[in-house]
Amino acid sequence: MIDARERLDAVIGRMPYARFLGMRAELAGDEMTAVLPYADHLIGNPLLPALHGGVTGALMELTAMAQLALTERRARLPRPIDVTVDYLRSGRPLTTYARAVVKKAGRRIANVYVEAWQESRGAPIASLHGHFLLGDPAAE
Amino acid sequence: MTDSGVAHLLPQLASGAPHTHALGFSLVSVEGDVVTLKAPYREDLVGDPDTGVLAGGVVTALLDHASGMAVWAALDRFTSIATLDLRIDYMRPAEPGLDLYARARCYKLGRSVAFVRATAYDRDPQDPVAAAQSAFMLNSDGERKPGANLKGSNEVGA
Repeated sequence: MIDARERLDAVIGRMPYARFLGMRAELAGDEMTAVLPYADHLIGNPLLPALHGGVTGALMELTAMAQLALTERRARLPRPIDVTVDYLRSGRPLTTYARAVVKKAGRRIANVYVEAWQESRGAPIASLHGHFLLGDPAAE
Repeated sequence: MTDSGVAHLLPQLASGAPHTHALGFSLVSVEGDVVTLKAPYREDLVGDPDTGVLAGGVVTALLDHASGMAVWAALDRFTSIATLDLRIDYMRPAEPGLDLYARARCYKLGRSVAFVRATAYDRDPQDPVAAAQSAFMLNSDGERKPGANLKGSNEVGA
């Protein structure tokens, strides 16, 4: 069995786009917190300034995929089928965190809920729920 | 859209923010109320290094931004807008090496809220990579002054 850190590195560490965003992940057992430190290139509204909605959406989507890669042992990476993002608060120029809960993982499809927050976990800036296509169960 | 409206601003609105600039977005066309944006294929935006397919996040950002631009095109003036929600269906992986396009149209413009549909494609608009439906809040900055997000809380407005 591959350990959790290696599983995570296989998703986030190897993904060029995750490096482009500057995303990393912290692990507590099999629960992962995605961390996106603030960087100027993430800004969508320069006046406020506020993070681009695409950044927050992408962070939560990657969080869902990484959490699935951690807890579901499949031969290939999960792929998004559909996602719905609710934007709750303006994303300020601060570090953003995200955590995913796998509501159901079936044979082929997983349903995942994600929340992203900044200063306060209780005041999320956005949430996502979506379906992801899982690979075949990995032979272990 | 009239010549005196937002048309001359749209190329800047396509790529002028730090994030859209970093992703290399550009305005392709505005035909009536349909706005088309382009995201160039880049190795550093790949989601799966084994296949070279662009990350879903790039598709998300492109659809979100094209949809917002469709709101400005429909309004024919610039105002602050914020995405309320965005639903994306991923129909197939984008083809590695191809630039990505998004075409968006605001199909209902209200006083406070606008509704937009958009599709993303690489070769053929009839064979989309993804489709999106979204709602935007208009005048989302409201009473907030420039720099509002640099201090205090973000409880006001969107």
